Amino acid sequence: MLARTADSLFWLGRYMERAGNVARALNVTLRMAALAAPRGTEAAEWAGLLTATGTGAHYQRLYGDPTPVQVTRWLTLDTLNPSSVASCFEAARSNARAVRTALTVDMWEAVNDTWIGLRKLDPDDAGGDRLMGFNDWVLSRALLFHGASTDTMLRDDAWRFGRLGTMLERADNTARLLASRASAFSPGAEENAENYAQWQGTLRSVSALRAYQHLFHERLRPARVVELLLMRPEHPRSVMACYEEVNDLLGILAMSEGEDRVACRRLAGALRGRCVAHTPAYLMNGHLEGLLAEIIDGNSRLGTSIGKCFLIG
Amino acid sequence: MPAFDEMNDQGAIRAPYEGIARYIETAGAEALEAKRREAEILFRRIGVTFAVYNQGGDPERLIPFDVIPRVIARQEWERLHRGLEQRVRALNAFLADIYGPRRILKEGLVPAELVLGNEGYREMMEGFTPPGGVYTVISGIDLVRTGPEDFFVLEDNCRVPSGVSYMLENREAMMRLFPDLCGVHRIAPVSHYCEELLETLKSLAPPACQGEATVVVLTPGPFNSAYYEHSFLADEMGVELVEGADLFVQDNTVFMRTTAGPRRVDVIYRRVDDEFLDPLAFRPDSMLGVPGLIAAYRAGRVTLANAPGAGVADDKAVYPFVPAMIRFYFSEEPILQNVPTYMCERAEERAYVLDHLQELVVKLARGSGGYGMLVGPHSTAEQRATFAERIRARPGDYIAQPTLALSTVPTLCEAGMQPRHVDLRPFVLFGKDQVRIVPGGLTRVALREGSLVVNSSQGGGTKDTWVLEQDAPPMAQSMGPGGVTQSMGGMTQDLAGKQG
Repeated sequence: MLARTADSLFWLGRYMERAGNVARALNVTLRMAALAAPRGTEAAEWAGLLTATGTGAHYQRLYGDPTPVQVTRWLTLDTLNPSSVASCFEAARSNARAVRTALTVDMWEAVNDTWIGLRKLDPDDAGGDRLMGFNDWVLSRALLFHGASTDTMLRDDAWRFGRLGTMLERADNTARLLASRASAFSPGAEENAENYAQWQGTLRSVSALRAYQHLFHERLRPARVVELLLMRPEHPRSVMACYEEVNDLLGILAMSEGEDRVACRRLAGALRGRCVAHTPAYLMNGHLEGLLAEIIDGNSRLGTSIGKCFLIG
Repeated sequence: MPAFDEMNDQGAIRAPYEGIARYIETAGAEALEAKRREAEILFRRIGVTFAVYNQGGDPERLIPFDVIPRVIARQEWERLHRGLEQRVRALNAFLADIYGPRRILKEGLVPAELVLGNEGYREMMEGFTPPGGVYTVISGIDLVRTGPEDFFVLEDNCRVPSGVSYMLENREAMMRLFPDLCGVHRIAPVSHYCEELLETLKSLAPPACQGEATVVVLTPGPFNSAYYEHSFLADEMGVELVEGADLFVQDNTVFMRTTAGPRRVDVIYRRVDDEFLDPLAFRPDSMLGVPGLIAAYRAGRVTLANAPGAGVADDKAVYPFVPAMIRFYFSEEPILQNVPTYMCERAEERAYVLDHLQELVVKLARGSGGYGMLVGPHSTAEQRATFAERIRARPGDYIAQPTLALSTVPTLCEAGMQPRHVDLRPFVLFGKDQVRIVPGGLTRVALREGSLVVNSSQGGGTKDTWVLEQDAPPMAQSMGPGGVTQSMGGMTQDLAGKQG
């Protein structure tokens, strides 16, 4: 496959995944902010959302302190934010267009219809009481794209590079979400209503609230939440599940390409190992934040390494 | 001057259009309008777009698609087919001659300065024979019609003719929108075009290629107006769509950069102009080219389709000489006629043109896309004065032709069904020892009332083109939309054939 094609597929997967993650996080923040309003702590929710999306510093430079309206705009239609929904869909579409031949018709239509829909929006459609509807639309578009890919694509290298991008983005997102709510998982965090809402919100942000109940059959406990999101391979959005797939994909790619791709495989293997190196209890004892920072950094290095291995050619 | 209408010839419906005429009558305007909207949604979803320069607005505009097909009878097509093959073979023989022995120049049949001083002429092609001896692997020949028997070649396109994806997508759209109507006509299929194209390209693999040839499509990139078509063709052929930066040349061999390392390339269907092929051979400032590509080509290590320098053959100033080429190379009479052409460079013809601007169409000898054109009968005195001035200043840049009454085909317009002028671009594939033409081509239609300019860059649209396998559609008992279609005549024939 052309190195340029692989690169575009990788980023197509990343951007479609990112758009869906932003929409999920935004919906959870709306809910959390409504709960926090009576206590006057809703500003923290919006600040946390910026952290979770990794865009806090950039936002601060442009707009100063976070306000609900401005952050909403920043994450939905603001094209100055390279991770806004609008920017993600635009970037996904231009990557898709550049490799139109490597996509199935269903994938292309999922991306192209999304882009057409985006262009028809006016600013009011992604704010106020229409914001939730907008987020649901974004999420449904991301799910349609992933579904179209899963159901129609040949399991060849094109599939693997797209999937690689998707999994790297997803691992990054889950790790950042946990990190942005770290205080609710710190050793001193009490089991009060506020923290309970935080744990719930964390699970909701990765569509894992029901999954928690199915797995553990008990009320939310922070160690369990961390266990689920970090190390349980059953949940498709846990960091562990993502790295398992990344490892498998890199294994096959490195084999079929016949060359020594040791560097990125070793990195991916190490990251996967980090997820399960400690017990949840140990992490809850003040070691969680450090590990998450390590994973976020490692994930970024893995992206660079994959780029060097396969995508430059 | 009343134009020949391909459906209603002086009040009578012509045979190939009988089925269409009946359908239009039964369906009614509203149902057709609904189909038109459906078609637009369809095209937008597939992403068939055409970037139009200098118009602002939506950079990825849809080319309007008209749902009423243009129909050509089998016998009409057979003659066109023979004429197209003859013409393309002559253009190819001409290119082989001017880059080789130059007999036609020595005989004085074509002025040498017209060829050697032509901006499409490439010195690097002198004394070099491209693989299979083929220069014009893919050509688009623009035809117009003025009467039942009268077809003319308006223009040859031997560089990188585009539009074939519309031909294919238009047919797909018609099959989806009008399954019944398509079912009762026996329409010659076009969907195998890309297979024919791939066969043609493979047949021209360079001498150095052992085993299966690796074919690629070379595009300038997503910002090119025909990018959709480039990706469509690569996809349908199952080959890589590459940009200049994906290729490199080492030891006179062309490679593409892949995730598995370099892979050799044998045949390049290039959709970039000559000048952007290789910065070492053409423009050092070009970012689009592949350094060393021309050297590899000349070393017989890679095939370029079409060959560099093929543009001389489609120059509008060379065009008047094509009938003479056919006689000179093959001792045959041209099957397809040229439109009489006045070369403004010649004093006598220039004087005639300047005197008759109101009747003539004036074109840039080296323009395309319908830019810089004067349609005399539709022009203002001011426009004519401007053109007269330009012609006097640079006579060599202009040619003129009589304004032809291009045939019309019923077209769904805001005011209902209206006759609109059309042309036809068939695509001719020239392989190692075979010329292939998929029946029909791209019909372009001038959507504005009275307009003769069909170019998509000038607000033209397209229609599906049906070449019928038989001269008239079978009688169908019901042709209405949603009605039951019973084309018993055609079916019994088929069954009889199978049993026999």
